[in-house]
Amino acid sequence: MDGEELTAQQTALYDRQIRVWGVDAQKRLSKANVLVSGLNGTLAEFCKNVVLAGVGSLTLMDDRLVSDDDLRSNFLIPPDEAKKSGGSLAEVYCNSLKEFNPMVHVSVEKGNLTQFHGDLFDKFDAVVVSCCTLKEKRMINEKCRERDRRIAFYTVECRDSCGEIFVDLQNYTYAQKKSDDNVKYHLEYPSFQEAISVPWRDLPRKTTKTYFAMRVLEHFEYFHNRKYGETSASDLPIVLNLRKTLCDEQGVNESLIPEKLLDHLLSAGAKEHPPVCAILGGILGQEVIKAISGKGDPLKNFFYFDAADGKGIIEDISPVSKH
Amino acid sequence: MASCSQLDAVKGAKVLMVGAGGIGCELLKTLALSGFEDIHVIDMDTIEVSNLNRQFLFRQSHVGQSKAKVARDAVLKFRPHINITPYHANVKSPEFNVEFFKQFSVVLNGLDNLDARRHVNRLCLAAEVPLVESGTTGFLGQVTVHIKGKTECYECQPKPTPKSYPVCTITSTPSKYVHCVVWAKDLLFAKLFGDRNQVNDLNVHSSDDGDTSKSTEDVFERNQNEDPEKYGRRIYDHVFGYNIELALANEETWINRKKPRPIYMKDVLPIESFQQNGKLDNCIKEDVAISAMQVVGLTNPQDIWSLAENTKVFFEALRLFIEKREKDIGNLTFDKDDQLAVEFVTAAANIRASSFGIPMHSLFETKGIAGNIVHAVATTNAVIAGLIVIEAVKVLQGDFCNCRMTYCLEHPSRKMLLMPVEPFEANKSCYVCSEKPLLLELNTQKYRLRDFVEKIVRNKLGMNLPLVMIGANLIFEAGDDLEDDVAANYARNLEKVLAELPTPVTSGTVLTVEDLQQELTCNIVIKHREEFDEEKEPDEMVLTGWNAPNKESRFTSNGESSTHSAQVSERTETTVDTDTGRERSVITGTKRKLSEIEAASDNSEIQSLKPNSANHETPQQVIDNDDDEDDIVMLDAFPEAGKKKKVEVS
Repeated sequence: MDGEELTAQQTALYDRQIRVWGVDAQKRLSKANVLVSGLNGTLAEFCKNVVLAGVGSLTLMDDRLVSDDDLRSNFLIPPDEAKKSGGSLAEVYCNSLKEFNPMVHVSVEKGNLTQFHGDLFDKFDAVVVSCCTLKEKRMINEKCRERDRRIAFYTVECRDSCGEIFVDLQNYTYAQKKSDDNVKYHLEYPSFQEAISVPWRDLPRKTTKTYFAMRVLEHFEYFHNRKYGETSASDLPIVLNLRKTLCDEQGVNESLIPEKLLDHLLSAGAKEHPPVCAILGGILGQEVIKAISGKGDPLKNFFYFDAADGKGIIEDISPVSKH
Repeated sequence: MASCSQLDAVKGAKVLMVGAGGIGCELLKTLALSGFEDIHVIDMDTIEVSNLNRQFLFRQSHVGQSKAKVARDAVLKFRPHINITPYHANVKSPEFNVEFFKQFSVVLNGLDNLDARRHVNRLCLAAEVPLVESGTTGFLGQVTVHIKGKTECYECQPKPTPKSYPVCTITSTPSKYVHCVVWAKDLLFAKLFGDRNQVNDLNVHSSDDGDTSKSTEDVFERNQNEDPEKYGRRIYDHVFGYNIELALANEETWINRKKPRPIYMKDVLPIESFQQNGKLDNCIKEDVAISAMQVVGLTNPQDIWSLAENTKVFFEALRLFIEKREKDIGNLTFDKDDQLAVEFVTAAANIRASSFGIPMHSLFETKGIAGNIVHAVATTNAVIAGLIVIEAVKVLQGDFCNCRMTYCLEHPSRKMLLMPVEPFEANKSCYVCSEKPLLLELNTQKYRLRDFVEKIVRNKLGMNLPLVMIGANLIFEAGDDLEDDVAANYARNLEKVLAELPTPVTSGTVLTVEDLQQELTCNIVIKHREEFDEEKEPDEMVLTGWNAPNKESRFTSNGESSTHSAQVSERTETTVDTDTGRERSVITGTKRKLSEIEAASDNSEIQSLKPNSANHETPQQVIDNDDDEDDIVMLDAFPEAGKKKKVEVS
């Protein structure tokens, strides 16, 4: 790759990972700008990973003040200082993350990402959101897609022991070494809306149940004007009705989505299980690094982890035209 | 699921973490966030710059300090009220005995070497404490659970050993760059800068014309007051020119091989450019690390240097050793963090590669090969640490039947990036966790007790403080606190061959070896044998009864990374390692190829991955209890049995 060489300092710091993904990938990383919004324990893990990896810049958005809930599964918030300072979540994260790697520019952007003008997206290579409602996910995803340059879009959710990652790389081409030859691969990703519009009947029978359960929850929060994760076990009766309605619409049997799983997700609300945060933040970090560096097969387009069975599963949920 | 019982189990638990490096930093953080309140951490290492890209609890200002202690302080910043007890010590030191281990509810390993892993395994078995073991390389990793009486122990399966190369490949017929690196590091570098008394094959095999070792020995000795320039030229011409000429004289060697080209310094560097180069000597500043690259004007460690550049670096590095580090000469061993040593080895390996028509490599790559540097990224360590905590919580709740070994893959297998597998049953012939005796064939008239203790008891069996008994008679015991007369007696015994010990060893004798720290006892049945095949059995002994890894050879190196680009095929047995690269992940085979697994992902009906249909109803065999439609990943624990055995859960 063209461009300046890595400095001696970079080479020394990144030695072990350059051995994994090469100098060119490291150079691309050091020029990439990543935006995260909706900060929680999972995104704390993600931020740590991309800052350590040496992205060019990381921009944090979340104006909420630090609450006790935020402290629970978070290593970026020193409990006493954070409350005293009265800073926003983004500011507290920023102060901690800066120390992890002096070569990465970590900063705060105020406001709400859904209100962002399109051109503000242009400076980013990847946008990662969590704690978003269905409506927000759609909006931000569409704004990324409207731009001329490709902006990778990711969502991540951790509801206790269950997690979901969604990836939209739009039209993504990458090279992969195959027995000394560089083979070019091309992937076409659906948007979030396109993906969740795929009729359930058309999906393989073995598609993870968590996918469907997450969609039910998303719709529940949407129809009842709840914030992300604003749920409890007492919502179960309404959610079971919604399950029936959705399954009827889709022409599938409602046993597709176990009641136990819905109950579990509703009780969890926005509460995260720290080991699962680490796993989701690790996988998501790696995916963003892959997309930026153009190294490695990116996952398409959903990832699921459930501590109950320990499986980390990839599901490709795309309309037929984008398979 | 953070249920009440889970929180109680976690809160009341006292856990031991061994290793505060790549996995350790992530693990300590995740444990603290998950509600653990009493965590003990052992790590003997201090922090280095190359750790900082992933060991996120450490900063530049911590370089040189104890990992265990700095990690503790960093975690207390976000969890001020929990107890973390750091030990800046080697886990093998005697203070960490069985009693020490017994105080913990579970032991979590984030180690970087096989030796320590084996040691901890034994202590956990003796103390009857469950062990959660882990390792990563690049994007690959795994977490395994070992519970005495319920699953296999860490040593039930043979572990990969570092790749080794035949001596003659290194000394005479290299065909890959790694061979040149091993030659440059273990032979040339050792010869010039290491212990002169060490046996070294540098000349013996490269010149087949019966040179006496005496005359060749002198070549590497610098004469008193010999000009470093002249000395360097002499060494260069000898090893890259003269020795190659000698090797070429043996025509049989080259019948089916490409002939090497002798390289002399005058052909590479005309005298003028060479002398001009010498003047650059003044550029060296005392305050920067001594570097030949710098003197020569090379800056990028990623570049592949030309033959002329390598020659200059070779020459300058040699000269710098003589002029700036004379007192080191004679007792250096190769160290990947010694810049000048890496430069010398890179240059020498490349010149040799050039001679043999092998593609040359950069300093960066050479350093990785020579230093056995393990590829490491933060993300894999974070994922693995999360999986360790999930397993630890199950162990603490006594939920053993849901414990899993989990593999972290680079490429999905049957849609899975994280693949849980049921733990394997203990290997009944494992000398560590079963009481099965070992069989040892050796020549009792020739084999000395010292070799038995060092090569077999310490190296092969991994004992740390062994004692050796024949029946009730103690013939050797390790330790510093022995009475003088006892120590003298043992010292005499060590020099004796087995047949001449006070209690003579003959065919059929049973030796008992015991490690009091590990509380491991092992019986070894001796079989006398006169002859051993020099090539196939260079150790002059055969140890069986345990599925031991292959024989060792004198050249061990990590070699080309096979795991890295390769898919995780077969059963990824212990992609060992976090950090310093004392080992390298190797995929060993119990013979289930990924191709089968991949095939299965396209066709769920493939039987090879399903349990025997007869057993299909057994609920324990189902990994995913919620979903009995799922295939169950079956991996072979025991190739001879041809199918996986069930873990009995009581």
